[in-house]
Amino acid sequence: MPGVGSDKQLPASETALSTPYTAPTSYTVPTAAAVVKPTIVTPSASSVKATVGFLEKEDTVVKKQTPPVSPLPSKKPGDAGGLKLKVSVANSPRSSPKTVQQQTNVKKAEGAVGGMDVRDGDNAGREMAGSNLRSAVEMMGLEGDEGTIQSSVNSMKPVATPKSKSKASRLDVMAEYSKRHGDKELLNLVVIGHVDAGKSTLMGHLLYQLGSVNKKTMHKYEQESKKLGKSSFAFAWVLDETEEERTRGVTMDVAQTRFETDKKIVTLLDAPGHKDFIPNMITGTSQADVAVLVINATRGEFETGFDAGGQTREHALLARSLGVGQVIVAVNKMDTIDWSQERYQLITKKLGQFLTRQAGFREADVTFVPCSGLSGENLSRPPAVPELVAWYTPATTLVEQIDKLRPPVRPIDKPFRLNVSDVFTRVGSGFNVAGRVGSGFVQPGDKVIIMPAAMTATVKNVFIDDAPEAVAFAGDQVNITLSGVDMVNVNIGSCLCDPSSPTKSATRIRAKIVIFNIAVPITKGFPVVFHYQSINEPAVIKRLLSQLNRSTGEVVKRKPRCLVKNSSAVVEIELERSLCLELYTDFKDLGRFMLRSGGHTIAAGLVEEIVQSKMRQNGLS
Amino acid sequence: MKLLQRDMDKTNSGSVTLVPEESEDMWHAYNLVAVGDTIRSTTIRKVQTESATGSVNVSKVRTTLTVQVEGIDFDTQACVLRVSGRNISENQYVKMGAYHTVILEMNRQFTLNKQEWDSITLERIDQACDPAQHADLVAIVMQEGIAHLCLITPSMTLVRAKIETSIPRKRKGLCDQHTKGLHRFYNQIIQAFQRHVNFDIVKCVLIASPGFVKDHFTDYLFAEAMKMDDKTIIENKSKFVLVHSSSGFKHSLKEVLADPVITARLSDTKAAGEVKALDDFYTMLQTDPDRAYYGVKHCERAAENQAIEILLVSDELFRSQDISQRKRYVSLVDSVRENGGDVRIFSSLHVSGEQLGQLSGVAAILRFPMPEEEEEEDENDSDDD
Ligand SMILES: Nc1nc2c(ncn2[C@@H]2O[C@H](COP(=O)(O)OP(=O)(O)OP(=O)(O)O)[C@@H](O)[C@H]2O)c(=O)[nH]1
Ligand SMILES: [Mg+2]
Repeated sequence: MPGVGSDKQLPASETALSTPYTAPTSYTVPTAAAVVKPTIVTPSASSVKATVGFLEKEDTVVKKQTPPVSPLPSKKPGDAGGLKLKVSVANSPRSSPKTVQQQTNVKKAEGAVGGMDVRDGDNAGREMAGSNLRSAVEMMGLEGDEGTIQSSVNSMKPVATPKSKSKASRLDVMAEYSKRHGDKELLNLVVIGHVDAGKSTLMGHLLYQLGSVNKKTMHKYEQESKKLGKSSFAFAWVLDETEEERTRGVTMDVAQTRFETDKKIVTLLDAPGHKDFIPNMITGTSQADVAVLVINATRGEFETGFDAGGQTREHALLARSLGVGQVIVAVNKMDTIDWSQERYQLITKKLGQFLTRQAGFREADVTFVPCSGLSGENLSRPPAVPELVAWYTPATTLVEQIDKLRPPVRPIDKPFRLNVSDVFTRVGSGFNVAGRVGSGFVQPGDKVIIMPAAMTATVKNVFIDDAPEAVAFAGDQVNITLSGVDMVNVNIGSCLCDPSSPTKSATRIRAKIVIFNIAVPITKGFPVVFHYQSINEPAVIKRLLSQLNRSTGEVVKRKPRCLVKNSSAVVEIELERSLCLELYTDFKDLGRFMLRSGGHTIAAGLVEEIVQSKMRQNGLS
Repeated sequence: MKLLQRDMDKTNSGSVTLVPEESEDMWHAYNLVAVGDTIRSTTIRKVQTESATGSVNVSKVRTTLTVQVEGIDFDTQACVLRVSGRNISENQYVKMGAYHTVILEMNRQFTLNKQEWDSITLERIDQACDPAQHADLVAIVMQEGIAHLCLITPSMTLVRAKIETSIPRKRKGLCDQHTKGLHRFYNQIIQAFQRHVNFDIVKCVLIASPGFVKDHFTDYLFAEAMKMDDKTIIENKSKFVLVHSSSGFKHSLKEVLADPVITARLSDTKAAGEVKALDDFYTMLQTDPDRAYYGVKHCERAAENQAIEILLVSDELFRSQDISQRKRYVSLVDSVRENGGDVRIFSSLHVSGEQLGQLSGVAAILRFPMPEEEEEEDENDSDDD
């Protein structure tokens, strides 16, 4: 009898003979996304739970040192590993402060929700008068009220009174925070503006004047740039360090460096102006507190940069949407227009109107400085050119203007977060992750969880500006070395967080968006690039839930067919893969994102809810 | 595709016998075969024989089977179609009603029988058998750290490789790491390129990126090709075209295909035509929203009013398992055509077709404005997930 053909049990009998199914070829660095734990984590009120991540610390009896009361530099023996903050009581060093933090979180969150509505008296009047986009941007809850921006040191007093044991450690950290730079405040400053406005030259020259770049190096840049026929870029070379940037004379990625003035320690982020590099500009700006917007005053050039298609407006709107509240407008290249007061006034008038009426900056938070990055006029020294001295009184230099900026309140009382903006190796210390501490603080010896890989690691060293530190706080740009984790688990876009309160990861979110001046309407199914902190990822607008009144935030229409320019809406966005995100109500700075399409910024958004995380999606499919 | 035989009665019931000749034809086959059809092709079957001593012997035999289709799976990597269902013809090796999966691949003849060949399927056969030559296109869309190597045929965009590397950023005093990272990234693209690009069929290679990545990479590619003495790359230098895209993500292909420089170079412009049609839809939505609708209910209403000038519809809708759904879309297409409207059937494998799919799969540009009917609102959401 002929063989019995196999039936149901072998439904695809031929498959074995044919080419086996091969997954799409991909060289993706493996991420351990599959092991992501259930990701919607609400801070637990239980102090026991909050302690879990630190039990090991107690077991191994790592004792922390008393925080130094003197400014840090005096006690920097070079070995960062040895620098620890001591806690008077060894028992669960950070668990109790956590409980306190949670209370504050709730309080803050409520405050933030309230802040989303711009119905308070302060703004009401301006909305009526102001142009649409501006009120829209304000509706995004962008702070700027006196209440929120104030001297940070004052505001850092503990909000609640913790129980005696933990009080000491918390106060120590706070004391450390307020003492660490002496009187100097930390400021993250991004330099933005249309391509070739002179951003890098201006800042390179400033760094030179402040002594951050020595004469010898500067001389070398002059010689070498001359050889390439690019001698006018010598100062820009201070920041444009890659070979491509130098040969092409264009900044491509954000350069980061640090300088000090009398009153401030400034982390400078020099953004690229070219429109193709806006993703990098967004990365830089999302780490900044304040901005210098550089304008090319040259006849014709200001107009090109300012008109539609130029990057002046786009940069300003991006900065405002990403939480930058104060801006100094540096009217640059004044040498090319003979220091003309008339032209200066024309530019400041146009920009002032745009920044306050459309971009949503408060009038008091916009200042102007005439200067020349090339000649170095009015950067750190009072102007000397007679044509400028003649009309520019009282004169304020760029540095003086920077000194007047106020740092924002840093969320150091929230759980630790650091969005990784770079991973690199360094001789001696192995692999480093870099980024800005988004909230909380971090010390060598801390256990952290790396999301979305869900791997734990221990912080080996914390560096600020290449110097080892005993602690770094929200707002600090740091390099961290980790132990106990492989480099493949940490990528740009990963988030290091407090193990007792890890970040959320999402594949689908609900968000409030404010739409910019777009060419075609947004419909459901619209593909976009989602820009968040240091990453950009493809995403799709999945649902248009409601269209909002831009001034009041009220729902105008449910389930609109499409969203047109300058409108505001609540939408659902699906991400191609899981991203670490925060709700705007929990972490203002970490709940913002931008949407771009076809090389244009189409909307600014705030994360309102995580609709789906990886786990749930897997469970469903 | 070669059409060997066509055997239909006047009710359009009957069969066709086809031989797929290129990878594109497998996509056409995928769009022709539907659940409920019967398919006949040679196939390989594992057969168990029991010898007199009782030992079981498994062997593989080649035989011809006819199955009633229950499941269809298109494998874009191998470009084969797996059709599974029950055997409906008596066979030496396979019992009636036994399950089997037939693999359709290039150069393997098959006969497909349908109760009713509708306008969409008949048109698909004509299109598939049109001998007009078309050039295959390779596009590399990239940005620093991300690249997609895609093969584009008239009706398919196939991602052959996705390269993703994290590149250390520019950093004070450590810029060489950035350069090294970039080169590592470029080398991976080159490897993928050598593996997947066959210049015998590829007539054009697009390299698209924002900024200078495309220029930088192309320079690097040719320098490496010289070093490796890769003659094929060097000899085909004239086939490379550099073009701007706003990102390295796949959906940026839309911008690339819409670039007039590119359209001019392509002999087949189906993909570009679809991009254009979708752009036109969005432009209309901007300028006159009452003349641009999406969603099947809205489009049907517009069709009833003979208002549709251009209907955009994703071929995915005609692959619906639900026969009544399928019929609904076929009659929408037929009615638009009867009234002199233009119908564009988008390939769901192209980026614009993907987007149309997300936009309910069907959209229309109207001849005259039609006010929006409020009560139909919730339709927007029905086909959401
Ligand atoms: N005359 C004059 N030229 C200037 C001044 N500042 C910058 N430039 C010139 O403008 C050109 C561009 O300068 P960059 O500093 O590279 O401009 P950028 O804004 O950093 O450019 P991107 O980063 O590429 O957007 C260079 O040739 C500079 O020498 C200035 O104050 N006066
Ligand atoms: Mg620059």
